[in-house]
Amino acid sequence: MSNNPPKMTASHVDVYYGANHAIRDVSIDVCQEDVTAFIGPSGCGKSTFLRSLNRMNDTIPGARVSGDIRLDGDDIYAREMDVVQLRARVGMVFQKPNPFPKSIYENVAYGPKIHGLAQSKAELDRIVERSLSRAGLWNEVKDRLSDSGTALSGGQQQRLCIARAIAVDPEVILMDEPCSALDPVATARIEELIHDLRGRYAIVIVTHNMQQAARVSQRTAFFHLGQLIEYGDTSDIFTNPRQERTKDYITGRYG
Amino acid sequence: MASSQEHTVKAFDQDIGQLRGLISQMGGLAEAAIGNAMLALQRGDHELAAQVRADDKKIDAIQHEVERAVVRIIALRAPMANDLREVVAALKIATVVERIGDYAKNIAKRVPQIDSEYRIDPISTLPAMARMAADMVRDVLDAFAARDPDAAIAICERDDALDDFYDSIFRTLVTYMVENPKTISQCAHLLFVAKHLERIGDHATNVAEMIHFAAHGTPIADRERAEPTFSPRS
Repeated sequence: MSNNPPKMTASHVDVYYGANHAIRDVSIDVCQEDVTAFIGPSGCGKSTFLRSLNRMNDTIPGARVSGDIRLDGDDIYAREMDVVQLRARVGMVFQKPNPFPKSIYENVAYGPKIHGLAQSKAELDRIVERSLSRAGLWNEVKDRLSDSGTALSGGQQQRLCIARAIAVDPEVILMDEPCSALDPVATARIEELIHDLRGRYAIVIVTHNMQQAARVSQRTAFFHLGQLIEYGDTSDIFTNPRQERTKDYITGRYG
Repeated sequence: MASSQEHTVKAFDQDIGQLRGLISQMGGLAEAAIGNAMLALQRGDHELAAQVRADDKKIDAIQHEVERAVVRIIALRAPMANDLREVVAALKIATVVERIGDYAKNIAKRVPQIDSEYRIDPISTLPAMARMAADMVRDVLDAFAARDPDAAIAICERDDALDDFYDSIFRTLVTYMVENPKTISQCAHLLFVAKHLERIGDHATNVAEMIHFAAHGTPIADRERAEPTFSPRS
């Protein structure tokens, strides 16, 4: 297993959507400077669990989370936890690129502005440039920062969303199938970007693409029917999984 | 490694089946090559020896076919876990079986050179050693076909007996050479034959180790392996 210290620790987590018991007793550590991949068949709960890591499930009526999830030791479901602040520390990138219908500049500057991270226009400019650079998009958009974010290509839009997520200086980035709407070239660029960002953030990625999980992550968690079946080093999971169900899934024998 | 169920993509099972078929075919040819090379040696049958050398090309051809099949499966099917290990093991086993075929060919090549008027009785133990080596090859490939790592490990243990054979033949041949220098050239060839058979046993052991790896994903755990002490073997 990885030697990096845990950034987020989930213990005995259950998630319900009304009567539907979507996550059953999941305990897992997400480690600093690691890319952790969540894999599993549709409906296995991996996205649900991902969303419970920054309380995105709060917005879904009837959703209920029990158990304990901690970020640097702090209970994220504690009453005193500021959810807006939490989501700045634990950022999210979605399956479908969803830039705001605003300029490229505004897309990235919005978060730092509302969180008061910039004291001046110059500082905001620096944050925007740094975020777009880290997202590998700066050179492509630096001459048209006032163009609408929605005018970019799909792959560029996704990188814009990643720039937006990292603009507020998060500690963890959650990615929910970030490449499933992208072509192979745009996918490769995102994967390269994940690789570059790895040392700076803890990254969790949900993906249906097994090869992608194998390529980008250091650790892999396999979910099935709401349970965490196996969690380990990616190289072990894909060459020599311990659990029969993991093996059947990754070798294409599932179901 | 015995899988609970078929792949959702049935063509994948066909690909793997085809790969396993090729390995079995190679194994059968290699086993026959050992037997025929020894028969040619015993009988001084040049024609049969030439046949063994010609047949080796078939083994080489199948090895190339295995390589192509493995590259194709990796590229098109992206195998994972036990599937990946099995495909990698098949590739390595094909290389080893090709080497076994080469040793049989090498034995056959010596047949015309051994022919001399001082032809010594080609030691009664050499054909027995050859049978033992050929049996190991056959059985280890059966273990691969049956995906049976336990049977494969059992075969490794026979390698010690084969090594003892080699030691004993080595001593006998040295005695021959000391007693009658005219047999030296011939005995030198026979010594190589014994060495080739001993190496065939080592290769069969390698195949067994790959079968174990394919099944369990780990090397054979600290198997009691007779460490090569000071002996003519090394």
